[in-house]
Amino acid sequence: MVSPIFVKDDLSILQKIASLNYWLILLIFFVSMVGIASLYSAAGGNMDPWASKQLMRFGVGVIGMIIIAIIDIKWWYRLTWPIYFLGLSMLLFVEIKGHVGMGAQRWIDLGFMQLQPSELMKIAVIMALARHFHGASLEQARRISFLIIPAIVIITPVLLVLMQPDLGTSLMIIMAGAAMIFMAGAPIWLFVAAVALVGVSVPIAWQFLHDYQKQRVITFLNPESDPLGSGYHIIQSKIAIGSGGIEGKGFLQGTQSHLNFLPEKQTDFIFTLWVEEWGLLGGLGLLTGFLLIFISALSTALTCKHNFGRYLALGVSVNFSLYVFINISMVMGLIPVVGAPLPLVSYGGTSMLAALIGFGLMMSCGIYRHSKVTR
Amino acid sequence: MLQNDYSEKSFSRRAFFIGGLQLFGLTILGARLAWLQVAQGGRYKTLSDKNRINIRMLAPSRGDIVDRFGVPLAVNTQNYRVSVIPEQVDDIKEVLHELQKIIYVSDSDIKKLLKDFSRSAKFMPLNIKDDLTWEEVAKIEVNLPDLPGLFIDMGDVRTYPYKSATAHVVGYVRAVSQKDLTGDPLLKLSGFKIGKTGIEKEYDLDLRGKAGALEVEVNVVGREVRELKRKDAISGNRITLTIDGELQRFTQEILSRYKSASAVIMDVHTGAVYAMASHPSFDPNMFVRGLSKEEWQTMMDDPALPQTNKAIAGQYPPASTFKMITALAALKAGIINKRTKVFCSGYYEYGGDKFHCWKKQGHGSVDLFDALAQSCDTYFYKISTEVGIDAIADMARHFGLGSKLGFDIAGEKAGLITDKKWKLKRFGKKWYGGETIISSIGQGGMKATPLQLAVMTARMVNGGKAVEPWITGYSGDRFLGGRQWDDMGISPADLKLVMRGMEMAVNDKKGTAYKSRIEEPNWKMGGKTGTAQVQRITKEHRRLGVKNADLPWKQRHHALFVGYAPLNNPRYVCSVVVEHGVGGSSAAAPLGKELLKQAQMRDPAITKMQPELIKGADILQSWPPRKPVTNPIITDIITEGE
Repeated sequence: MVSPIFVKDDLSILQKIASLNYWLILLIFFVSMVGIASLYSAAGGNMDPWASKQLMRFGVGVIGMIIIAIIDIKWWYRLTWPIYFLGLSMLLFVEIKGHVGMGAQRWIDLGFMQLQPSELMKIAVIMALARHFHGASLEQARRISFLIIPAIVIITPVLLVLMQPDLGTSLMIIMAGAAMIFMAGAPIWLFVAAVALVGVSVPIAWQFLHDYQKQRVITFLNPESDPLGSGYHIIQSKIAIGSGGIEGKGFLQGTQSHLNFLPEKQTDFIFTLWVEEWGLLGGLGLLTGFLLIFISALSTALTCKHNFGRYLALGVSVNFSLYVFINISMVMGLIPVVGAPLPLVSYGGTSMLAALIGFGLMMSCGIYRHSKVTR
Repeated sequence: MLQNDYSEKSFSRRAFFIGGLQLFGLTILGARLAWLQVAQGGRYKTLSDKNRINIRMLAPSRGDIVDRFGVPLAVNTQNYRVSVIPEQVDDIKEVLHELQKIIYVSDSDIKKLLKDFSRSAKFMPLNIKDDLTWEEVAKIEVNLPDLPGLFIDMGDVRTYPYKSATAHVVGYVRAVSQKDLTGDPLLKLSGFKIGKTGIEKEYDLDLRGKAGALEVEVNVVGREVRELKRKDAISGNRITLTIDGELQRFTQEILSRYKSASAVIMDVHTGAVYAMASHPSFDPNMFVRGLSKEEWQTMMDDPALPQTNKAIAGQYPPASTFKMITALAALKAGIINKRTKVFCSGYYEYGGDKFHCWKKQGHGSVDLFDALAQSCDTYFYKISTEVGIDAIADMARHFGLGSKLGFDIAGEKAGLITDKKWKLKRFGKKWYGGETIISSIGQGGMKATPLQLAVMTARMVNGGKAVEPWITGYSGDRFLGGRQWDDMGISPADLKLVMRGMEMAVNDKKGTAYKSRIEEPNWKMGGKTGTAQVQRITKEHRRLGVKNADLPWKQRHHALFVGYAPLNNPRYVCSVVVEHGVGGSSAAAPLGKELLKQAQMRDPAITKMQPELIKGADILQSWPPRKPVTNPIITDIITEGE
């Protein structure tokens, strides 16, 4: 059944596939292959245990991404709230399971992978906000009362994630949400005020942090204070990166990573391994890859003719870039150690899946940029 | 439409702003990367070259072995030792050669080390020599620049303060041999030692503890830069024995008056062994340090077998100490009562053979009490023919003879109780009546260990409870000792009669052990002597009146004694065997007297009241246990039996 409000509809499957953003797909392939090469190296030149599994997930993920991309954007528009509440109930489920059973857990075991609902929740929040602002006029968006629903949409999952407790992810949901509100046209003073509020509340929030979270911040401020703990990881990561030099030590030649100086070299510290072996050139190459992805997202957002698509495409891009900044800043000692993977590169099912779903939605925005989405 | 344009413009502006932020972020990341890799690259490169991780295993400290009062019987003392890290040495032979110029290291140690050197992990330190003197330490320290890879550190060395007195019970530790390897990585640690005999062996896993690990970052030359991670080793359990160290030392001391002897002192109710000694002994500290070939050879050549714990592994004819068993069998069968008398003319005739009593001129008319007190053989010859061997053997088995007791220390022997069935099975031959007669006085094929004799006596004087011996009280806080022992169903009246006979054997003027009586009224003892023939007394010898003591040592009789004290409420039993000691009353009984007297004097209740009474009590006070005694062995029957 075709809704009469869509001006352009009924593209054939082939046409849809033909109008995929191949430039973006190429970039995604490039970044993911950096990850798989690094995982291969992390295992000492072995496909097992990480690279093969990651490759498989990537294959499945890419197919999923294309399917998501060719599904009409209006369906995603209509499914937004069900998806949002599905995400919330999954979060609630791990929360309850954690209380009933085996202590704090952030994932649901699906057998073939461990699904972290909080990762998917971020996309659901972005979709929900995009839908909320879709029909809003600028006047509406500027009204504070119009921000009550977005606030609830953001705060509810944030509280659930905080209870896990996962400070990093909850902060990222807030930041992505704030970016959505910003692009919808909320007044600038609101953000200035928010920043000021954060400045005031940090000392108060400090009281509520877990000891290990406090330790991370302290360690960040002075890594030498804890050379045995996470400070040690930062030091070792910096040594690994720095010793890579301009050209790197060569593929499979990264001594630091292979001598097990690096913790979790296959997940959070994968960037370290990459630049130790491929040097500044490899590192800048990867950063350029990310930059081109951001540009591609920006162009999708700007050419999209409906607000839902614009907000969604840019929101996905912001979410993705937050990961990139946090992870790479962390391994280079710019911010405290937080457990955040480098999307598409780090070993891990959920972050790969979340990233590809996001790009799928972004491409759907591109293919159906002329669609008219009802209010 | 206008509004929409306006909205679109606003979005574009803000979208570009976000895009700008993303670009800005990536620029910072790129700049930081360039800073680390280009500007700081050289510095980090050097750091990375210096980075190496070593994982060292931390050996757990072996648990102490202490006596019932917490006095240490086996402890770890700190010593200096010199070790080498293989990966830091270019030419190990050269280095060891240099070391040999400075201090004494035996060639065999060097050989063993070179073998280990080629086999073990390159970053694991290998122990070269333990127990360095100050002088040696100083010499090595001074020459350290010429000895790459060598270092001196502190290590544990197992020490046995009671030396030879506890050698058989406590045992000793030695280096791990190839066949000891079980897969526990600890066993491959250089210098690690495991229990090879005694309690050290039986409870090795309890004593051993769990290894820890130390992760250190070292630089290119192997010097530790910093400690990364440390998981402390978990010390082994402390083993608390039922032994009283000072009583043990005393026992060992008095046994050494003879060439070869053994003794056991135990509690008649609980079965706790207070002392168990075997002479000659050896200094276990020598084994820890390593024996020279000559020392080893001397020990192996000694006919008195210093390595054997004769208290559990020596098997002797029980001789006259067996007479209580024959008496109990006859009492049970109703063949005799306390008034039954037998006339002893110096021998007993059976089937045309003459069976001699030890007293050539005979004892005259004797009842059960006289027969036990004076150890009249004829009395038992006579009654045994009426009871029969099977009833006697059955009674003997009730009292723990003829089978292993399940003692905590390995090496226990079963002894032997002969009867018709055994003979048929062993030789396929019929049992003769004459064999019953010699069996009745514990000769013939009968054999028992000193431990079995002590248990036998305990079961007689504790009201007929099937007490079993044990020596390990606690491993850590885990109680391993005895329980409430079952009643054996022996008539208490019969046991009373036998005890009366044993009382008279010591305290009656005609008793065989009268000279060894304890005179202190509260500590009086009862007992039974025994003299075991090693070989038949030939007619020739009998005719010539050759004294047994004049024969070569190996042909002399064994001297035995079993005793209990105090008389009215028995608490301690002892058994003594002096190998080739000629006579039970002359050699074994005097030792039994001293042991039972000492045991009673050292009774914890008495110790508290009159410390000046006891030899060694001063040691108890001046040498408190290194750790507080949390679990002294339960000595009171009322609270015993967890």
